[in-house]
Formats: sequence, C-alpha cells, structure tokens
Amino acid sequence: MFEIIISILVLIGAFFTLVGSIGLAKLPDFFTRLHGPTKATTLGVGAILIASSLYFFVFKDEISLHEILITLFLFITAPVSAHLMAKAAIHIKKNEDKKLSNDK
Amino acid sequence: MLEFILPVAFTMVAIALILNLYRVIVGPSVADRILALDTLSINSIAILIMLSLYLGNTLYFEAALLIAVMGFVGTVALSKYLLRGDIME
Repeated sequence: MFEIIISILVLIGAFFTLVGSIGLAKLPDFFTRLHGPTKATTLGVGAILIASSLYFFVFKDEISLHEILITLFLFITAPVSAHLMAKAAIHIKKNEDKKLSNDK
Repeated sequence: MLEFILPVAFTMVAIALILNLYRVIVGPSVADRILALDTLSINSIAILIMLSLYLGNTLYFEAALLIAVMGFVGTVALSKYLLRGDIME
C-alpha cells in the first residue's frame, strides 16, 4: 500500500522535473523560461522529498529530518533567487536598449 | 514496485539534466545561463534523493543539503554581480 503511494509520488516528481526542464529548453524568451523551473521543478523536488521521507519513516523506522530541512530551504530560497535573476535580466535588457538608442 | 518505477524516474530526471546542460551551453544571455545552473543544482538534488531511495541509505542527504546551499549562494552572487558589477559593497 505504502509502496504504491511512494511510487506514485516519485513518478509525479520526476514528471514535473522533466516538464520544468523542457520548458527551460523550449520556451522563447528569458521571462517565460523563468516560469518553468521555478514552479514545476520546485514542485517535482518537493514530491520526491515527500516520497523519500515517507519511505524512510515506513520501511526503515527512522524519522529523518534532512528531507524536511531541504524542503524548507528550497521553498524559502526558490522565490528569492527567481526574483534576483529577473532583476538581473531586466538590468541587462535596459543596458542593451540604451546602447541601441545611442547608436541611432 | 518501487524497483521498477525508480529506473523510469532516473531516466526522466537524467533527460531533464541534459536539457539543462543544453541551456547552459546555448543560452543567449548570461541570465539564461545562471537560471540553467540554478535548475541544474535543484535537479541534481532530486537525482541524489532518488539514489538514496534506491540504495536505502541516508548518507546522500548531506550532499543534497550542501548542493542546495551552494546553489543558492552561487545564484545570489552571480545575480548580484550582474546587477551591481560587484558582489560585496
């Protein structure tokens, strides 16, 4: 019973990780590319971490706090890094536009 | 059941890592490369956790935690460098 739940969670996690990376590779613009990994990949890693936590709790009889630590850290830091990367990309784009208008 | 599912999941995450590597190499701007490196670190956390599930060994969580911390610090440092031309002011 628990094995089926863990397998489904691992499959969901791997699927969303793959979808986020396909979005990163296929989408045309930086700001659309930012959307894929920051949401889908974080969700995928979250599902895999829940599966791992459940596995070690059910089959090995040990409560491991590492997964909870990694989940907390990822869910706190993913929006911060996405925000900083978006700011950096806007900065680069502004500089390029300024150069173009000077060249005219 | 888990030993049949895990190789499939390994393959999917490995394809995801190859796609991220493609974006690191091709990516037109520097911001694209930083985003691809950040995604690469998050996906490598996923593949390490799945490896620890496959082997039944909790030793790999420390490595995953280190990759998470170092990936975040690297992303913040590179973005700050792009924004200001300097990491610490």
